[in-house]
Amino acid sequence: MAVADTTPVRPRASVLRQLLRSTSVIIGGLIVGAMVIIGALAPWLDTRDPAEVNPSVRNKLPGFTATIRDDDGNKVPVTYRFGTDSLGRDIYSRVVYGARVSLIVGLTVSLISIVIGLLIGLIAGYVRWLDGILMRFMDGLMAIPAILLAIGLVSVFRAGLFAVVVAIVVPEVPRVVRLVRSIVLSIREEPYVESAITVGTPTPLLIFRHVLPNTIAPLIVQGTFICAAAILIEAILSFLGIGIPPEIPTWGNIMAEGRTLFRVFPQNILYPGIFLAVTVLGVNMLGDGLRDVLDPKMERRG
Amino acid sequence: MVGYILRRLLAAVPVMGIVAVLVFLMLRLTPSDPAAIIAGDFANDQQIAEIRTKLGLDRPIVTQFVIWVGGMLQGDFGESFFYKKQVAALITERLEPTLSLSLLAIVLTVCIAVPLGTLAAYKQGSWIDRIVMGFSVVGFSVPVFVVGYLLIYVLAVRLDWFPVQGYQYLRDGFGGWLHRLVLPALTLSIVFVALIARMTRTSVLEVLHEDYIRTARAKGQSELKVLVRHALANAAVPILTVIGLTFATLIGGVVVTESVYTLPGLGLLTVDAVLARDYPTIQAVILLFSLAYVVVNLLVDVAYTVFDPRIRY
Repeated sequence: MAVADTTPVRPRASVLRQLLRSTSVIIGGLIVGAMVIIGALAPWLDTRDPAEVNPSVRNKLPGFTATIRDDDGNKVPVTYRFGTDSLGRDIYSRVVYGARVSLIVGLTVSLISIVIGLLIGLIAGYVRWLDGILMRFMDGLMAIPAILLAIGLVSVFRAGLFAVVVAIVVPEVPRVVRLVRSIVLSIREEPYVESAITVGTPTPLLIFRHVLPNTIAPLIVQGTFICAAAILIEAILSFLGIGIPPEIPTWGNIMAEGRTLFRVFPQNILYPGIFLAVTVLGVNMLGDGLRDVLDPKMERRG
Repeated sequence: MVGYILRRLLAAVPVMGIVAVLVFLMLRLTPSDPAAIIAGDFANDQQIAEIRTKLGLDRPIVTQFVIWVGGMLQGDFGESFFYKKQVAALITERLEPTLSLSLLAIVLTVCIAVPLGTLAAYKQGSWIDRIVMGFSVVGFSVPVFVVGYLLIYVLAVRLDWFPVQGYQYLRDGFGGWLHRLVLPALTLSIVFVALIARMTRTSVLEVLHEDYIRTARAKGQSELKVLVRHALANAAVPILTVIGLTFATLIGGVVVTESVYTLPGLGLLTVDAVLARDYPTIQAVILLFSLAYVVVNLLVDVAYTVFDPRIRY
C-alpha cells in the first residue's frame, strides 16, 4: 500500500517564526541563555575558587577590596563584588558557579523525568492490564506533595547531587506519565490511527510513526516547567540544609549559609536569591511562550 | 449528593493505601540497614540486632507493613528516634503553628487575590490589569524563601514593624499571635496570590461576556453588584479548583516558611527530622500531609456542587 502524502499542514518555519514573535519566548530565552553562558564560562568571569576559605576577609560587604598573596607569593588586590560569607569565601564566585548546579539539576531532572515518564506512559496507554495498577501507583505518588516526597527521598540517600536529582525526578514522573497516557489514549481514537491499525501496522511502528510525534510538543512544554520546578526544589532542599553540601556552591546553600548573619550581611541571601528568582522566571516564561505556540490547548499543570 | 461523597471517600482509601505502601517502602528499600541507621555510627552488631528485633525488622516485610499500618490506624505512629517520645504526641504539639500559618495565608490570599483578579478583568487592558498580570508571572517564580527574606529585610529589619522570627501561641494572646504571624503568612501567600489572581481574572473575563451580565446591567444594577453577585459567583468553581490543586504547593511552602521564620510547626519538624534521620517522624509527617492533600481535594470536589448547582452527581 502506498504511504499517504506526509506534507505537514503547517510547515516548520512558521512554528519557528511564531516562537520568535512571542515576547515570553524571547525574554525567557534570553534569560536562560545568559545563565547558560554564565554557568559555562564561570572560571573565566574573573572568579576565584568558590570553595576557597580566607579567614582574613570574613563577612565583608560588597565591593570590599583586600590585598591577597597569589600562588607565586605576589601581593595582588582582590575586589569582592558581592562581599564575602562567614568563612571568607567570595560570594560573587559562588553565585556564578552556583548557576552550573541549578542548570545541571534542571536539565537532568527534566530529561530523566521525561524519558521515564514517556516509557511508563506508553506502557500504561498500550498494555491495558497494567494500566490500572500503574495509574493507581501514580495517583499514590501524586498524592504526596512534591517537596515532601523529595525531602523524604533525600533523607534516605546520602546528601549530594545524585540524591537531589533522584528526589526531584520521582515526584515529577507521574505528571509526565499522565500526560503521555492521555495523549496515547486520545491518539488511538483518531481515524488515521484506527485505519493504520486496521491495515495491520505493528504496534511499535504505530507508536513511532503516530504516537511519539504527537507527544513531542507537549513534552517540550512540560519539560520546561519541570526544569523550573527542579531548579526551585533543588534550591529549597539546599536552603533547608538537606540538599547539596556546601562544598559545591549552589544558590540554595549559599543562602542557607547566609541565614545566621542575614540582618547585618543581607548580601549572602540577596544575590543568590536574585539569580535564582530571575532564572526560574526565565524558564517559566520560556515554558509559557512555548505552550502558547506549540500546545495552545494545554493548561498549566500543577 | 451523600452517595457521591461516600463514593469519593471510598475512592480516596486506595490512594491513601498506596501512599502508605510508598512511604513504608521508601525506608525499607534503601541500600542501608534501617536498624544500623537508627543505632547510629557507634553501635556494635549486638545493639543493631536488638534494635532489629525491637522494631520487628526480622519479620517478613508484609507482616511489618501490616503491623505498621495497624498501629497508625490506632493513632500509634511509633516512637521518634530523636525526640524520644511518641510521634503522635510530637505532631499534636506542632500542629498549631502550622494550622495558624496555613489558614492565615489562605485568608490573606483570597482577600488579596480575588479582588485583584476581578479588578484586572473588569479593567481589562488597563495599567491595573498589566500590573496584576505582571505580578502574577513574577510572583509565581520568586521562591518563597527569597520573598520571605525580602519581607523580613524591609518590614522587620529596616522598618521594624514586625518581629523577625518566632511564634507566639494563641493561648498567650491573639494580638501577639497575629503580629508574629502576619509576615510569614504574607510570605507564604505571595505565590498563591499570583496564581489565584490570574485564575480569577480569566474566569471573570469569561463570564463578563455572558448574556446574563448584560441583562443584569440592562436592568440597572450597580456595577459592583454585577461583578460580585453575577460575575464572581460564577467564577468561583475554577478558583476553587486552583485552591485544591495548589494545596500541595501550599504544604511545600509551609515547610520552607516555617524554616525561614523558625515557627515550631510540622514543617520545621520535618526538616529537623530529616537532619536527624528520624524516620518514624518523617514517615508520619509525609503521611499526614498527604492525607490533608487528599482530603482537601475531596472537599473541593464536594464544594463544586454548592457553588455550581448545575453540577450534579
